[in-house]
Amino acid sequence: MSVEKLKEKHRLLAQFQYIPGKVEKGYANRTLYVNLSENRIAEKPVSQEMKEKFIGGRGFGLKLLWDGVTGNTKWDDPENEIIIAPGPIAGITQYPGAGKSYVVSLSPLTHTVIDSNVGGYFGSLLKFSGFDALEIQGKAEQDVIVFIDGVNGTVAIEEASQAVVNSHILVEQLTEMYAANEEDKVNVSVVSTGAAAEHTLIGMLNFSFYDKRRKAVRIKQAGRGGIGTVFRNKKIKALVVRGPRIKGDLNHPADKTLLDKAGIKLHKEIATLDNSQNKMRIGGTTYLTKIMNDYDILPVNNFKFGSHPAANNIASDAFIKYFNLTGHDGCWYGCTLSCAKAINAFELKTGPYKGQKVLVDGPEYETVAGVGSVCGIFDPEYIIENNFYCDTYGIDTISFGTIMAFLMECYENGIINKEITGGLELNFGNGEAAMEVLHQMARGEGFGKIAGLGVRRLKKLFVEEYGADPAFLEDIGMEVKGLEYSIYLPKESLAQQGGYGLTNKGPQHDEAWLIFMDMVNNQIPTFEDKAEALHYFPMFRTWFSLNGLCKLPWNDIVPANNRTTAEPAKIPEHVQNYVDLFNGVTGMNITKEDLITQSERVYNFQRVFNLRMGFGTREHDQVPYRSMGPVTVEEYESRQERYDKQLKEKVGFDPEGKTTEEKIAVLRKYREDQYQKLCDAVYKRRGWTENAVPKLETLERLGMDFPEVVEVVKKYL
Amino acid sequence: MIKVNGEDFPWEEGLTVKKLLEKKGYTFPTIVVLINGLSVPENEYVSTIIPDGADVKAIHLVAGG
Ligand code: SF4
Repeated sequence: MSVEKLKEKHRLLAQFQYIPGKVEKGYANRTLYVNLSENRIAEKPVSQEMKEKFIGGRGFGLKLLWDGVTGNTKWDDPENEIIIAPGPIAGITQYPGAGKSYVVSLSPLTHTVIDSNVGGYFGSLLKFSGFDALEIQGKAEQDVIVFIDGVNGTVAIEEASQAVVNSHILVEQLTEMYAANEEDKVNVSVVSTGAAAEHTLIGMLNFSFYDKRRKAVRIKQAGRGGIGTVFRNKKIKALVVRGPRIKGDLNHPADKTLLDKAGIKLHKEIATLDNSQNKMRIGGTTYLTKIMNDYDILPVNNFKFGSHPAANNIASDAFIKYFNLTGHDGCWYGCTLSCAKAINAFELKTGPYKGQKVLVDGPEYETVAGVGSVCGIFDPEYIIENNFYCDTYGIDTISFGTIMAFLMECYENGIINKEITGGLELNFGNGEAAMEVLHQMARGEGFGKIAGLGVRRLKKLFVEEYGADPAFLEDIGMEVKGLEYSIYLPKESLAQQGGYGLTNKGPQHDEAWLIFMDMVNNQIPTFEDKAEALHYFPMFRTWFSLNGLCKLPWNDIVPANNRTTAEPAKIPEHVQNYVDLFNGVTGMNITKEDLITQSERVYNFQRVFNLRMGFGTREHDQVPYRSMGPVTVEEYESRQERYDKQLKEKVGFDPEGKTTEEKIAVLRKYREDQYQKLCDAVYKRRGWTENAVPKLETLERLGMDFPEVVEVVKKYL
Repeated sequence: MIKVNGEDFPWEEGLTVKKLLEKKGYTFPTIVVLINGLSVPENEYVSTIIPDGADVKAIHLVAGG
């Protein structure tokens, strides 16, 4: 069907008119509310207090969601919301990495609040269309598209039952449909998911941008926590924004010279140093695979091991061969780090689009290791194909990989068998079988539908249905809080075990990534050092999510003289850039210490939000033993020299003449005890009780002692 | 014996920074090396000999995810 015909089939359900207005000092000063049950659209003012306490982005998402739900709301209740918010710095074009959106919702995987960050143009175009956030509540009766026309000042809910679901087709169609002409396509961005988001709990959202040079629509992913599943549960096919043409001053910053200055400095650094540092402009984040493998922290075979001889097959060079570098690889204007790589005309070998040549966005490191090494698969073409299908089907590659790896280990241990998998031989390394599971997820049938429940629910199912040993599954099932692990092996870094466990949303490394500081550099040897790092870095990184920023230009490129600074791990010069950006946009006058306080407010609020939903206490910060140490004899013996040495030197236990089982038990006791001590130290540093609950004095210090927040916390004190 | 990032490591005659990094498997491109608190420029890794008993820091500035 032609795009015109498809458009004719859209039936207008509701329309709202507004005056587009102007963004002032980074804020549009209102948010957009869409209720799909009632076909109601409204705008809400943004108060000064909301800006001061929640800043924007994830902060706004949390605040709006808190107001929209109760402690009893379930992820699939109509009152659950999906909120997309950029943040005050988002949309500037002077400094790399300033176009991120943050998505907040109640997660089908964790049953509490989740946040996920994503590139693409949607968030900034939304702001320049007049809104600091889009808040969607309710459930439509039929599939709908929400269209925000920021040029003409209208918002519409349109019934769109005929539109396809899978993203690679839908984003092209909708860009064509809603752009006034070819020139206008860069001003249109689409949020969509795919067929598998309907049948699994690991659905993600694609955010598009138009790549003028390739003349193609590109997509970036808000992967974590199943927000795509919520999206389809609300019967949303897509959100579309059409904004004004982007110019460097649309935020009306208070002092543009601060942005210009910081931007020029960083562009220069990237131009002169990227080639000798991470080569992000050529290979994106794929450079990480080799490093992780060299240092024994590349997850292999469900996080059993940290390296593999075949890992070179999926190192950066293997993908650079496929990357086509003639396009536009910044996921927002002005990002010269341009790590958003793409593969043109990749011929698919499986599935409904078999034989077609498609554009594949990525893969990034997380996908390479997630669908690759962690499943024991070291074939770049499999990884590219899996990446494409995960994207178009609306599946998070990280959760997919970690689930498949868990299933493969269960299969190899006889916990599940061919009868249960519908004939699939799910051994490590079997890419063909893993791909079939993915296609089944999209079709909503067979073992794929079961796999799509996620590791936490699979553990329960295998115990209840197939008599699996619950203790073993708890040890090897790589999830915390219901969210699957992202793809780094934390076994030898206590701080990173905490970086995964002591998070608000679950084991996603965007809060803290401390493996090298801890395990290799030994820079944070004491519990207090680790606790300080697990305070500072999560707070610092949270700040990106409040402002619409990408983390990568902070430390994936560093100034030449960074090594001589007092705290190289913090990249002090870049921290100052961020302070300047914030002050330059908003006209405020914050310091680098204020930046941490801003994050602390939102971070503590999110912890309380978890408590309100029935989670958030110490027991929910506990991690599977696989992330702390060797579960099996095979694992221990593969690194026997290392573990024996630690037993002797750290535990004071002589491994001579002991069985591997005995040694595993002693090491386990020691490491589990270390983790508890780490929890104590971190909670203390964060101003929380031993049960991980923010103390009243902490909330008071931060000015977050709102009555409804205190009411939640008091129940736990 | 020397210390590398706080842990004991066997010393040998003629041990250069380059050799030490190889022995440790430190392949990362941007490592800051300090011997007894003094920074060693990268172009001197081949020629700088580490004395016995030295306190060596090999700080990896790895960004990570
Ligand atoms: S560094 Fe990469 S992910 Fe971050 S904004 Fe730039 S292109 Fe996007």
